[in-house]
Amino acid sequence: MHLWPQEEDQGSGSRLRAENIRSHGLGPVDLSLDRSECVCVSGPSGAGKTLLLRALADLDPHEGEVLLDGKPLDAFAGPEWRRQVGLLPPESAWWDDRVGAHFPQEDKELLPALALPPEIMGWSIARLSSGERQRLALIRLLANRPRVLLLDEPTANLDPASVERVEALLSRYRQQTGTAILWVSHDPAQIARVASRHLRLHGGRLVEAQP
Amino acid sequence: MLALAALSHALRLRLARRILVAAVRTTVQLLLIGLVLKVLFSHVHLGWVSLMALIMLAIAGREVMARQHRRFSGGWGYALGTFSMFLSSFAVTVLALTVIVGPEPWYRPQYAIPLLGMLLGNTMTSVALSLDRLTEGAWQQRTAIEARLTLGHDWSQAIAHVRRESVRTGVIPIINAMAAAGVVSLPGMMTGQILAGAPPMEAVRYQVLIMFLVSSGSGFGAVGAVWLGSRRLFDKRQRLRLDRLH
Repeated sequence: MHLWPQEEDQGSGSRLRAENIRSHGLGPVDLSLDRSECVCVSGPSGAGKTLLLRALADLDPHEGEVLLDGKPLDAFAGPEWRRQVGLLPPESAWWDDRVGAHFPQEDKELLPALALPPEIMGWSIARLSSGERQRLALIRLLANRPRVLLLDEPTANLDPASVERVEALLSRYRQQTGTAILWVSHDPAQIARVASRHLRLHGGRLVEAQP
Repeated sequence: MLALAALSHALRLRLARRILVAAVRTTVQLLLIGLVLKVLFSHVHLGWVSLMALIMLAIAGREVMARQHRRFSGGWGYALGTFSMFLSSFAVTVLALTVIVGPEPWYRPQYAIPLLGMLLGNTMTSVALSLDRLTEGAWQQRTAIEARLTLGHDWSQAIAHVRRESVRTGVIPIINAMAAAGVVSLPGMMTGQILAGAPPMEAVRYQVLIMFLVSSGSGFGAVGAVWLGSRRLFDKRQRLRLDRLH
């Protein structure tokens, strides 16, 4: 089983804090994620969940403040922020024909955890099923060891066995590295399994969900 | 031309009017240019030559913009194309005039204007093609570009694959033209010189020079335009800003 290096500072405390986030009709939204915390967000289609994640990942211009471990977004260069705050979109995108070209170290250690064969690095993208693509996209993102994960429906296309594997992998990653996870999901059973808090995004505002 | 118009009428192509209008336009435009050049050549002055050069550049810039399906908004579309053409065409023209052809003075309009004209004409095509491919490519591949951004790639890495395709699109026509030169058709300048009585080997030497100048000028223009354009597609946080395109 793959072990990630432990974080030096093991204390609890805020990992990601967002204040007064506004973006294209979303907001104002306040949000706080502690170390090792997993929070789920759900809401009707078009409520702005993707917009929220894109704003937090600094892919869209937005208003408001976001702080990572107390350090504001502006203190990071764009690429550096996005390495630390990793966004996983619902549909993965690939820019080369070969799988291996997307993995700088061709790190194969995580492949078995998601039931992917090691030869997959040599395959062409066209050969992959949507489920394989989705699982590979997650491994690709984890290679950066982000301190915050923003997951936009990460298991939407997966069969139940794969869903379980992904959830297990993310749980291990979170506990070992102290990463905070913001997880967009529509599945109440999944939310109950993975999250310690559940927020609902409705009409551009974020509220605690009623159990 | 009259015969062609009559044929069009007989075949009911409905092109007769357009043919005649085009013929009249060509004649009038070239007569006007001829007059302008006559005046310019008799008053050899850097100021007049520069003015003519800038007018040619401005018109070329407009042509480049007109050929783009998705343009940069707010005047950037015009500025990017014009600036890259200015840098590449003017630099190569001045180099050719001062070092290779060497007329007295170096800005002598008989040499400067035709040289610049040929350079601008071809650079215009390369720049237009590559910028069009860049903006279209950035739009079509926006999810892949943003995927690279989410993995911490900087703007240059994120758009690298689109940039490569765009420069190739601008440069390949020039390479094709060089390959066809002399074999498929006699290039225009050489034709002109031979018609004027120049010995063929002399004409060929000039033609080779021109083709190399035009190719390098167009190539540099395409590379410059794509680099500047791709930079413009990202903001200071290195986010992809397709809202900067119409």
